[in-house]
Amino acid sequence: MIEIKDLNKSYHMGSNSLHVLKGIDFSVKEGEMVSIMGSSGSGKSTFLNILGMLDEADSGSYTLDGKPIKNLNEKVAAKYRNQFLGFIFQSFNLINYKSALDNVAMPLYYQGVKRAERMEKALHYLEKVGLAQWATHLPNELSGGQKQRVAIARALASDPKVLLADEPTGALDTQTSYEVMELIQNINDEGKTILLVTHEDDIAHMTKRIVNLKDGLIIDDSNVTQVRASVAKNKHLQSKQTSNV
Amino acid sequence: MSKLFSRDSWAEIIEALSSNWFRTLLTAFGVLWGIFILVILLAAGNGLENGVKQGFAGMATNSMFMWSQTASKPYKGLPKGRRYNFKISDVDAIKETVPNLRYVSPRNQLGGFRGANNVVRGLKTGAYNVYGDYPEIIQQQPMNIVSGRFLNYSDIENKRKVAIIGESVRTGLYEPGEEAIGSYIKINGVNFLVIGTYTKKANGGGDAEEAQKEIFVPFTSFSQAFNMGENVGWMAVTAQDGSSITSLKEQVFDVIKSRHSIDPTDDRAVGHFDLYEEFSKINGLFIALNAVAYFVGILVLLSGIIGISNIMLIVVKERTREIGVRRALGATPWAIRSQILLESIFLTIISGMAGIVLASGLLALVNKIMEGMDTSEMMFLNPSVNIGVVFIALIILIVSGLLAGLIPAQNAIKIKPVDALRTE
Repeated sequence: MIEIKDLNKSYHMGSNSLHVLKGIDFSVKEGEMVSIMGSSGSGKSTFLNILGMLDEADSGSYTLDGKPIKNLNEKVAAKYRNQFLGFIFQSFNLINYKSALDNVAMPLYYQGVKRAERMEKALHYLEKVGLAQWATHLPNELSGGQKQRVAIARALASDPKVLLADEPTGALDTQTSYEVMELIQNINDEGKTILLVTHEDDIAHMTKRIVNLKDGLIIDDSNVTQVRASVAKNKHLQSKQTSNV
Repeated sequence: MSKLFSRDSWAEIIEALSSNWFRTLLTAFGVLWGIFILVILLAAGNGLENGVKQGFAGMATNSMFMWSQTASKPYKGLPKGRRYNFKISDVDAIKETVPNLRYVSPRNQLGGFRGANNVVRGLKTGAYNVYGDYPEIIQQQPMNIVSGRFLNYSDIENKRKVAIIGESVRTGLYEPGEEAIGSYIKINGVNFLVIGTYTKKANGGGDAEEAQKEIFVPFTSFSQAFNMGENVGWMAVTAQDGSSITSLKEQVFDVIKSRHSIDPTDDRAVGHFDLYEEFSKINGLFIALNAVAYFVGILVLLSGIIGISNIMLIVVKERTREIGVRRALGATPWAIRSQILLESIFLTIISGMAGIVLASGLLALVNKIMEGMDTSEMMFLNPSVNIGVVFIALIILIVSGLLAGLIPAQNAIKIKPVDALRTE
């Protein structure tokens, strides 16, 4: 699904040049669920941005679903982003004057899907994340976990090949984090490829493979046994209850 | 183009604009005010123009009046200071030689400013201007026939002694309520049958009462009755629409000069008054006035548009993150740009329309108030703008909305998605 060879990226700030990614080789097969870990400054966000075509690499090759991603003009990049990728952000990034349903329908709008069909599809995805009854609510009427679930529905709406999640649980408490991770795991179970940036160990272990980034290089890439979020959630609930007693 | 008419893009625009009502209203007010001022200024100019031009109403403005003076240069053995008269044959010569003339009306005159009493009816007498005229004169100097009729060509051919008298003549010579038509008045000792009465507006702010102290009789009977022979006192010459009398008058003078042995370079032999030239001067004044109205109006409008541009810049700045998200979700740069542009145009047009409606409302009110007043002596009449001006204003609005949105839209697409999402 994703093929990356010798990826380099550096930023220039005045006379200083910061080499962020120093030759990354990386590949993801369809249906995988990979977490990318690393301390801040390790280049993991840059890496995800390049994967998301929000940023372009200086050198190296990047192939997404058999299509080379290189020197795209903005129009084509926009089309690819819409078709191939779904984004989930740490701060949700919902449009605050649009209802949950309209937010989910947005990628479809840019695909040129007709209104009625768009709304139907969007509602379907909202149902999938369990928020159908919140469809007409504005984002500021939703809790953090609900917002993130709307964002996930939005990312799924255009039926992308890959979901890219940048710290999807970074702004949520443990309980809600696990609920969101449970949802993401379910989506992965249905065969969707998912890439997830996190710096939390427990979240990373809910994926199937952990890639460790340090100073712009992959220092570790290993498959792990997936911890089901539903189990972790129950455990967390129990420990909370016992501590309350 | 399809985006322009899709319900979705309009829904987006309404949503975006209504997310901050107060600011949208304030911004819109700038443009509203600008277009309001523009329309009011143009309408006021128009009203002034209507008011001044009502003095010319119905008058053949493409006319000149000419009369004979004395030759100021010796020519062909004839001395300077020689008096001469236009002849009735000059009229036909002018009609034949000079193209594009509509009317050439000869005219003779009795009486004049502070003339002696020259008209008698029974025991009453009065001093009036008496003109010998052709029927065309009513096209050149309009008057309102209140009763009876004006001159016609049978009167001319049969040299009938008939007269059309002004309203002031009637009040001077008749008892109130007395029937004038069918009665006789004696002009310089010759009886004329009254066949019509007229009223007339003063031309160019003159005295209406003086203008109605006139008596019109057929040219031919006038010549015969008062021993004018072949002489013609003066002529009113009107050019056809599409050619100006000012450019034709020299040709007319040349005909007169060659027929009366006057030096072709003698500019003082033929006296004239060019109505068209006067009219053009007034016209020029109003064109200038209109230009000033446009200039001021558009400048005021411009400040409103700068306001919109400014707000759109802020809006783009505020929505950096939203624009980044949209880009990440697959919005093309064009989709973003067209949205900002449409928002700006929409805001401009809506507020502009409101301005036009408001201005029209005010004008309707002014017209309503002025309806009850006697406007004939006022230099102001029917302030209005025609649909063409509204159309121009609308085009100005669309263009300026586009201009107002251009820089903000360009700023919006310069935002890289990655930068937009990074700002916390």
